[in-house]
Amino acid sequence: MKIEIEIDGKKLQVEQNSMIIEAADNAGITVPRFCYHKKLSIAANCRMCLVDVEKSRKPLPACATPVTEGMVVRTRSKLALEAQKSVMEFLLVNHPLDCPICDQGGQCELQDIALGYGADASRYDQGKRSVADKNLGSLIATDMTRCIHCTRCVRFGTEIAGITEMGSIGRGESTEIGTYVEKSLSSEMSANIIDLCPVGALTNKPFRFRARAWEVLQARGVSAHDCVGSNLHIHHRRNKIMRVVPKENEAINETWISDRDRFSCEGLHSEDRVTTPMIKRHGQWEQVDWQTALHVAVEGLQTIAQTQSPSHIGALASSNATLEELYLLQKLMRGIGTNNVDHRVRQSDFHYQQATALMPTLPVAIADIEQQDLIIYIGGHPQFEQPLINHRIRKARDNGATVIMINPVDLKHNFDVSDKLIVANPLLPRALTAICRALSEQNPDAKTSAQELLQSVTADDKHQQLAKQLLAADNSLILLGAIAQHHQQGGLLHGLATLMASLGNSRVGLLTPGANATGAWFAGAIPHRGPAGLNVAKPGLDVKRMWESQLPAYLLLNLEPEHDCANSQRALKALHNADLVICVTPYKTAAMEQYADVILPMAPFTETSGTFINIEGKWQSFTAAVTAQGESRPAWKVLRVLGNLLELDGFNYVASTEITDELQALTANINSDQQINKWRYPSQLPAVNNGIERITYWPIYRSDNVVRRSVPLQNTPISDAPVIAMSQTLAEELTLKAGEDVVVSQVDTSITLPVKIDNRIAGNVVYIPAGFAETAALYESFGSVNIERK
Amino acid sequence: MGNINHVCFRNFDLDQPWTFEAYENMGGYKAWRKILRGELTREFVLEEMKASELRGRGGAGFPTGLKWSFLNPNAPGQKYVVCNSDEGEPGTCKDRDILRYNPHQVIEGMAIAGFVMGATVGYNYIRGEFYEPIERFEIALQEAKAAGLIGLELKDTKVAFDLHTHIGAGAYICGEETALLESLEGKKGYPRFKPPFPANFGLYGQPTTVNNTESFASVPIILEKGSKWFSEQGIPNNGGTKIFCVSGHVNKPGNYEVPLGMPFSELLELAGGVRDGNKLKAVIPGGSSAPILTADVMMKIDMDFDSLAKAGSMLGSGAVIVMDETTCMVKVLSRLAHFYDEESCGQCTPCREGTGWVSRIVHRILHGDGKPDDLDLLDNVAANMIGRTICVLADALAMPVQSFIRCFREEFEYFIEHGKSMVEGN
Repeated sequence: MKIEIEIDGKKLQVEQNSMIIEAADNAGITVPRFCYHKKLSIAANCRMCLVDVEKSRKPLPACATPVTEGMVVRTRSKLALEAQKSVMEFLLVNHPLDCPICDQGGQCELQDIALGYGADASRYDQGKRSVADKNLGSLIATDMTRCIHCTRCVRFGTEIAGITEMGSIGRGESTEIGTYVEKSLSSEMSANIIDLCPVGALTNKPFRFRARAWEVLQARGVSAHDCVGSNLHIHHRRNKIMRVVPKENEAINETWISDRDRFSCEGLHSEDRVTTPMIKRHGQWEQVDWQTALHVAVEGLQTIAQTQSPSHIGALASSNATLEELYLLQKLMRGIGTNNVDHRVRQSDFHYQQATALMPTLPVAIADIEQQDLIIYIGGHPQFEQPLINHRIRKARDNGATVIMINPVDLKHNFDVSDKLIVANPLLPRALTAICRALSEQNPDAKTSAQELLQSVTADDKHQQLAKQLLAADNSLILLGAIAQHHQQGGLLHGLATLMASLGNSRVGLLTPGANATGAWFAGAIPHRGPAGLNVAKPGLDVKRMWESQLPAYLLLNLEPEHDCANSQRALKALHNADLVICVTPYKTAAMEQYADVILPMAPFTETSGTFINIEGKWQSFTAAVTAQGESRPAWKVLRVLGNLLELDGFNYVASTEITDELQALTANINSDQQINKWRYPSQLPAVNNGIERITYWPIYRSDNVVRRSVPLQNTPISDAPVIAMSQTLAEELTLKAGEDVVVSQVDTSITLPVKIDNRIAGNVVYIPAGFAETAALYESFGSVNIERK
Repeated sequence: MGNINHVCFRNFDLDQPWTFEAYENMGGYKAWRKILRGELTREFVLEEMKASELRGRGGAGFPTGLKWSFLNPNAPGQKYVVCNSDEGEPGTCKDRDILRYNPHQVIEGMAIAGFVMGATVGYNYIRGEFYEPIERFEIALQEAKAAGLIGLELKDTKVAFDLHTHIGAGAYICGEETALLESLEGKKGYPRFKPPFPANFGLYGQPTTVNNTESFASVPIILEKGSKWFSEQGIPNNGGTKIFCVSGHVNKPGNYEVPLGMPFSELLELAGGVRDGNKLKAVIPGGSSAPILTADVMMKIDMDFDSLAKAGSMLGSGAVIVMDETTCMVKVLSRLAHFYDEESCGQCTPCREGTGWVSRIVHRILHGDGKPDDLDLLDNVAANMIGRTICVLADALAMPVQSFIRCFREEFEYFIEHGKSMVEGN
């Protein structure tokens, strides 16, 4: 309901339960403030926003005073200004005023407001407080003497990050903001406190002293690391990226970004960045010009296509590649005459690929996740996969939603899980089938073609109880995380989740890896469908079969298969045996130097224009923040020229937007038939192997080539090390101790890893991270492993 | 003092007055037993409370009956009554003695309050340094529980009231009612911004009433002897007796429970007059945060809420700090400023930074480094602290600062000019 109030003579219609400051903000009336932040709880402690309210003798804080009908507020009356100026004077009593050497200078709320409300000279002439700096880790630098105790960072930890690590210690003038226990922050969103800090107490550690705020130029960007598509402001100076900060978008990332999105830019300029085309001649790498490199690549591809067959060439791309890059890659492959193109590099199971919808999207908008009554999350760790989706799930939980986790590992979340079902990884399909059976028993009206499968399992009390909760919810959502998608029966799990949704009146959403998996599906970077779901006469090879087939030629886009692929050893074997491996990549790796024949340096996401389609299906285009380094080029240009040199039609683009437009036009062609799930369920579940099984996960800071090179991210406490984790029970069975080195082998290869005891892992399962050189030599990411004492 | 009717201290002439037996023999728990038997209604008790003109004894003097009426006893959900025994105001030592000698009266008062407001759980937040009072109160509570008077399931009655003792940890700010609630919840003692007031959003977010120990201890007598008897002990709008903690330069310092409205001169006489026959110089009439009043004002004043407010100070907690002619006012203010500087919670800017600033200015005057402009600066900084913070701790320093400078300006000016006190012997 709206009521009428007056601020500074302006009559305003405002929401009944709002505060004066919200009404003023909406009307464009500036009230100075430090502790108030629209996304945090009200603290009312800085007292900067004191305003003059008629009928009140004392000035009142605009942030904490609710509006009332007919209220008359003056933000710049004598009473208000005196109060505001006096608070500013108090704030500066103990502030060092070291603006010339402060990194916040020029972007400081205290500095800005002091210009309006501070006095020319201080009346305070005594000693100032100095406060010891705190070590908050590799991302956030501290200068706690500058702190004005607004407690925004403290409230962020408790209310947004869901982890109370910061607090105010001591009282009165000795109050200090710090960590309760001396340690680095372990939130995946911790660095948002840099933006929240109104002074230079908390600053961006890697960026610090690199540039002044007024020297940098600002470009718009989109996160290239997860399917949320957080909006970014990329700050650069003299063609070099300086830092990344959030660009507010209430529908996607609100005012936040994950630490991964903020600090991945530190990996852009790593030493192994390739900025010149390279070819391998007689086993030696040579830096060459583009013409030479492209000539070698084209000649190689043509030779194989002509002497063998175009289907002997395979193309694999990262799901962080742009829509335009992925579209041109598949166009190139299909132009040559093969459907061997895929981006699903972490997936192990492709059995049900024809049954899935046109492209993976959430059935609700990202912002609507927080409105759900019930969320079932299957297989994964939302906090470390898509931090901002996790934030929405956490908000749903705060709003009273039931959040149920079905996971093979009892992972820790930054909210209280309502209920959970922890089952050993190989039994995940059985658990979901049992819930489906319980659903069909409790909801007999729902029809299903999977009766035979459901009859093959029994549902226990837990399954019945979960089914009951799902049926009781009006607005529910079933989400599949990375473990479920990458699982050896990932296709089946997706199908079972879909069945759960249809029996439980719910909806399913995949939380895909990378920034643009949805875009990759739409662009046709899959072997069984063309762009916009176009039918393909004879499907090409999926990722798994491309590796198993040991093709003579591979074209890799923005990919490091040894770190990015499900079966990294199989991939390495195939690449080593191939006659021609062309890598379009921003970086080179030691392994790549072994297997590749041509390296074509591409521009990372900050140096190219392009589009990502996020998980809610939103197209977000961006332009290059800076020009491509050295001789590297945006990959869409590289692919365009390859198309031209291969004399393929339709490769005469002048701008990447022409490609985007071409794709946009295809949305009209989407056949609604393709959007229907056509699942055919087996009559029974596959047999379960009783040996030791491996679960592979990509740690948050090993997720892609850029992130892996960001040193500050690698130095955080949530950056995992290559270890083999298992329960105490399994360790005892194998007579292993924590910290002991063990030999982990698969098929014909073995590696040595230290043992970590983690009792959250259910069953005879070991948990091994991917994305490390140490673990690249292993085969199936979900499959049996052999463990022996060293 | 034979002709004074006592309320909180009515049992002080008994042997071991703190025992359950002694309290019952005196007529204690009579009102509560009536309530347990269903003989008194909430409405009746509330009306009696309002008619008694009992005003909060913690400092603000808010009418207790009115405060109780803010809670709807029939609203769903848990409600709480909380007793503020975190007696921290410098000069105040009355609640300590109530807890030591008459703990059952506090328990009964809280139980009655719980009945009126529909609160089935109460907490007594006792200052952590009060070793003996805590022990006495806890023993009394166990006695009352053993007697079947306190608990969630009492025999033959639908009324329930459970009570817990909570021990504070020594922060002055936790005597502020919302900081007390935060502390009781296990958090740092930071005052909350109001509104919402505790009556709507109190302990654990539930409707809560917080009263002072002396207020609660006054309740059973109001029901025993009637509101008329109680209000007639004092003067209109200032019902009952009040305990004054007389300290400083008097011959017989101590707690004196006297009718409200008693002239200060009589109270001073009770306390044996000014020591060594010295001349009275000034009095802080209501605890260290009350503005100071000079001798000539004090000798003409009556000790009640309204008279002291009219004179520009306040009755506060009833701590009467008496100072004779040998007192150096700069020294006194320096001590006071240091206290508030130490005890500011640090939440609001004007208090966190202002208490330290004020304290340092007074300190430098006291150490002979004062500057000519310091008094105006002090006065202005104090003015900027008043009414601009979440709680009134900033005001509690700023008001004394302003009143000291107003009443004894020449003494401060002398110190600044000469680097030493105007008062001999200092």
